[in-house]
Amino acid sequence: MRIGVLALQGAVSPHREKLAAAGAEMVPVRLPEDLAGLQGLILPGGESTTLLNLLGHTGLMEPIRAFAGSHPLWGICAGAILLARQVENPAQPCLGVMDVTIRRNDYGRQNESFITQLAVTLPAETESVPGQSHLEEGVFIRAPKIIRAGEGVVVLSRHQGSPVAVFSGSSAGHLATTFHPELSAGHLFHRYFAAVCAGTQTQTSRMARAPGSATA
Amino acid sequence: MEEGLRLKVGLAEMLKGGVIMDVVNAEQAKIAEDAGAVAVMALERVPADIRRDGGVARMSDPEMIEKIMKVVSIPVMAKCRIGHFAEAQILQELGVDYIDESEVLTPADEVNHVDKQAFKTPFVCGATNLGEALRRLGEGAALLRTKGEAGTGDIIEAVRHLRQIRRDIKLLTTLDENEWMAEAKRLQAPYELVRMVARDGRLPVPNFAAGGVATPADAALLMQLGAEAVFVGSGVFKSGNPAKRAAAIVKAVTFADNPAELVKASKGLGEAMSGIARDEIDPAGRLAGRGW
Repeated sequence: MRIGVLALQGAVSPHREKLAAAGAEMVPVRLPEDLAGLQGLILPGGESTTLLNLLGHTGLMEPIRAFAGSHPLWGICAGAILLARQVENPAQPCLGVMDVTIRRNDYGRQNESFITQLAVTLPAETESVPGQSHLEEGVFIRAPKIIRAGEGVVVLSRHQGSPVAVFSGSSAGHLATTFHPELSAGHLFHRYFAAVCAGTQTQTSRMARAPGSATA
Repeated sequence: MEEGLRLKVGLAEMLKGGVIMDVVNAEQAKIAEDAGAVAVMALERVPADIRRDGGVARMSDPEMIEKIMKVVSIPVMAKCRIGHFAEAQILQELGVDYIDESEVLTPADEVNHVDKQAFKTPFVCGATNLGEALRRLGEGAALLRTKGEAGTGDIIEAVRHLRQIRRDIKLLTTLDENEWMAEAKRLQAPYELVRMVARDGRLPVPNFAAGGVATPADAALLMQLGAEAVFVGSGVFKSGNPAKRAAAIVKAVTFADNPAELVKASKGLGEAMSGIARDEIDPAGRLAGRGW
């Protein structure tokens, strides 16, 4: 299975090893044609303003939106900001593929970055990830806060009452985390995302559609 | 790695593949952010002006740094003098996201650097070779950068520092365990860090490039030589069209190994900073020699 990581800027490289451990090959995505043949796409941590700028330059915005209609996306921190329907502090454009409102840098600046243990509950349908309740480390770096989660958005984990990991079951199934699983020792979220991507793959082949056809 | 250091290195991870730009006021900071900078370095004078003006270069006015912190949403870095832990305490209290203990400012201590482990705010430090890099890490730096020769627009020193560190690391990995202590002695670096690099074949924190970047091609060169992000000091705002050049350098870092994209990024940028060749500078006036 091939899973893309948007490689315009940010924490791209830590995903290679994590995805390999989850049985997937990491493919860097810089241009629209790189999306062909992928089963899912990770929008990594980085600076969302820089990512937006480069998404505009490369013409990737619309191809990623189209890809998201039939394939899972996982947005991490800045990537979660890109996935959102609405962004605050300041308001900025986004892909709008997940019905959440997210506020940038809401915990503060770097001095307020923190590591904490999170209770995570995964949806029942992910048979390939054993167990449903997990204790996972959450690394929050100048993190955004999800301040509204729309209908159909399932909260997988909270910190101090706010959602920090959410899953949207509509369309292909998208994941957003405001913390950085790629910087922790655990593999839970990469395994989970790979399982979601594999599910889409099965579904896609059942529907007799070539993977990546949405980008053609 | 303990939690505090992981958070510090974590922010450096987020800056990878990006460009950090020197800015002297809120207006420039906004131009940098709009051009796609991942962070800005707030300072009163860019290195080219510090070089021209001479005198003692110190930490910038906190009020000016604060204005920049208010106007942009990206991380803001600021510089303290080498060994000037009181300036560093002020910058930490101010809440900057990274402190650069920088040879561009006039050193405050001719023997010691700041004990960076004592701070919650992460530090970036310059290094010209592996021994210097590992001494800074031993003191608690969470991010390294080449020194290059700041304020010149001449890339030669940044290239030399990147190549030197890469060569030092490669050499280290060819040694057997019995040679590590002697190599630590030769490098004048902490043994534990020497052992870590010998085992992993890479530095335990990211290494960025800085010093003398003036064109998209300069940035691409440093990225291809293994830098993981690029600092641009005088190169943007001492050029004919800062906004355009800033955006072009951002693209050159992302597409460092894609010549077709580099052609597009390099076209029609107007005048680059005029610069001064390293060899025209009296060795005593070179900044890369500062730091111990």
